Amino acid sequence: MHDTRAFKTFRAAVIVVLAAVTALPLYIMVTSSLKPLQDVRGAFSWWPSTITFQPFIDMWTTVPLARYFVNSLVVSSAATIASLVIAIFASYAVSRYRFRGRSVFTTTVLSTQMFPGVLFLLPLFIIFVNIEQGTGFQFVGTRIGLVITYLTFSLPFSIWMLSGYLDNIPQELDEAARVDGCSPVGALLRVVLPAARPGVIAVAIYAFMTAWGEVLFASVMTTEANRTLAVGIRQYSTQTNVYWNEIMAASLVVSIPVVIGFLLLQRHFVAGLTAGAVK
Amino acid sequence: MATTTPTAPPVPAARTVPRRRTRKSGWWLPYALLAPAVVLEVFIHLVPMLTGIWMSFTQLTRFFIRDWTSAPFVGLRNYQVALDVDGAVGRALLSSFGITCAYTVLVVGISWSLGMAAAVALQRPFRSRALFRTLFLVPYALPVYAGIVTWNFMLQRDNGVINHLLVEDLGVMQDKPFWLIGGRAFASIVIVAIWRMWPFAFLMLTAGLQSVPDDVYEAAAMDGAHAFRSWWSITLPMLRPVNLVLVLVMFLWVFNDFNTPYVLFGTAQPAAGDLISFHIYNASFLTWNFGAGAAMSVLLLLFLLLVTGTYLIALNRRSRRA
Repeated sequence: MHDTRAFKTFRAAVIVVLAAVTALPLYIMVTSSLKPLQDVRGAFSWWPSTITFQPFIDMWTTVPLARYFVNSLVVSSAATIASLVIAIFASYAVSRYRFRGRSVFTTTVLSTQMFPGVLFLLPLFIIFVNIEQGTGFQFVGTRIGLVITYLTFSLPFSIWMLSGYLDNIPQELDEAARVDGCSPVGALLRVVLPAARPGVIAVAIYAFMTAWGEVLFASVMTTEANRTLAVGIRQYSTQTNVYWNEIMAASLVVSIPVVIGFLLLQRHFVAGLTAGAVK
Repeated sequence: MATTTPTAPPVPAARTVPRRRTRKSGWWLPYALLAPAVVLEVFIHLVPMLTGIWMSFTQLTRFFIRDWTSAPFVGLRNYQVALDVDGAVGRALLSSFGITCAYTVLVVGISWSLGMAAAVALQRPFRSRALFRTLFLVPYALPVYAGIVTWNFMLQRDNGVINHLLVEDLGVMQDKPFWLIGGRAFASIVIVAIWRMWPFAFLMLTAGLQSVPDDVYEAAAMDGAHAFRSWWSITLPMLRPVNLVLVLVMFLWVFNDFNTPYVLFGTAQPAAGDLISFHIYNASFLTWNFGAGAAMSVLLLLFLLLVTGTYLIALNRRSRRA
C-alpha cells in the first residue's frame, strides 16, 4: 500500500514542526553548557563565543552536586527495586487469582493516583515528624523516608501495567510449572517472570523515572543531608549570580542516565503500556 | 471487542484438578502477595489522606506541628473561608481554580492532538522514522526539573532565546516582553507543559496503534477511503480503550500539576500561573496554616472525584448502549 501525496505532506509538516519545538530546548541546553559565563549573562547568541568545558568542571563546586547526585541515585535505585518486587507479587495475585476484595484492591490502588499530592504531603510530613518524636526513627531528612514515599508513587501504575502484561501470558505456563512440582511463587519466579521480562523492564524504567524526577515531596522532605537533584539544581540560582551555563551543564549531566536508559529500553516500555492499556 | 470494560477479568483457562485443590488450601496466598503493597499504600496514602481530612477541621498552625492533636477544632470554618468568594482567601482560590481549569483543557487538548498527529505520521515505516520517534520521546524522558529549568532560561527577558527569536531573528515584536511575570506567564506555562506532556500522549497512542492490524487499512484503501476517512472510521474507534485511559490520566496529572509552576516560576509566582496545587502548597507552607491548606486539598479531591466519577459513569452508559 502506497502513501498518498496528501499523507506525505501531512507527515512532513507534523515532523518538521514537532521536531523543531522538541529540539530547541535540547539545543539550548547543550550549547549553553559550552558557553563562558558572559555569554549566558548578556544578550542571547546562537553559538558560544568560545567553546569551553569549564561549566562541566565548575558545576561540581558551585553547589555540592556530587552529593545530590549520589542521594538521587541511591534513593531512586532503592525505590525502584522495592517497588518492582512489591509490584510483581501484587500483580501476580491480581492477574492469576480470583479472590474476595480483588476489585476493591485494584480500584483503591488506582484511585490513589488521583489524590492531589498536596493533600497527603502535609499530613505525611506531620506523621513522619511525630513518628520521629515517638520512636526516634527519622523519616524527614533521611533517604529511607524518601525511598518509602517514592516507591508508593510508582506502585499503582506499576501494578496496573504489570498485571495487564501478566494477563497476556498464558496460564498454561504456570500450570506446566506446577505440574513439574513448583510452588505458586516458584512458578512466578522461574517461569512467569522470565516470560514477562519486557513488562518488568518497563515498570522498572517507570519507577526509576518517577523517583528521579520527583520535586514536590523532595522540596519538603529533604534537608541538606539527603537533598536530591530535583531540589539541589535550584541552588545555582539562589546564589548572587545565576550560573546559567552551569545549570545547563548540570541539567544535561543529570538527564543523560535516565534519557539514555529510557530510549534504549523504550521498546519494552511501549510493549508494557500496550499490554496494560489495550486489555 | 472487549474494549469497553478495561478491567474485565480474562476468561479463566480450563481448570485442572490440581489447581483447584491448591486454591482451596492456599486461599491466603493472594492476600500474602498483596500484603506489602497494601501496607505501604495504607501507610503513605490512605492514613495521611484521612489525617488530612481530619486536619481540615482544625486550626493547625505551626505552633501545633509537633503536637498536632492539640490543635483547636474549628469545624467547617476552614471550608467557609476557602469557599467565601467575597473574602481574600476564597477569591484567590477561585481565581486559581479557574486558571487551572483553562490550563488543563488547553494542555490536555493540545497534547492529545499533537500526540495523535505524530503517532499517525509515524505509524508506517519510512526512512529516519526511528530517529524522530526517539527525538519526540526525549522531553518525556528528561527529568522534570531539567527540562523546565531550561525553559526558564529560554524565557528570560534579556538573555533568553525566545525573545531573541521573536524580536531580533523574526522581528514579530518590537520590545522584549516578560514571559515569567505578568499576564504572559499563563501562555508560558501552557507551552512548557504541552512540551512535556505531548510525548506521553504520543507514546500511549503509538502503543495503541500497534494493535491495529494493517490489513484493516488495506481493506479500507481498497474501498477507496482516503487517509482522513480511514483515520476517522478505523483508527479512532480502535484507539478508544487507549484514549479513555489516556485522557483521564492526563487530566489528573495536569490538573494536579505542581512541578511545572514550581520549577518555572520559583517563589516569584505570577498570578496568571497560579495553578491550584501550587496555590495550596504556598497557602500551607508560606503562611504555615496547614488546616486551611488541608481544607483546600479536600475540596480539590472532591472536585477530582466528581469529574472522574461522572466521566466513568458516562462512559459506562455509552458503552452499555453501544
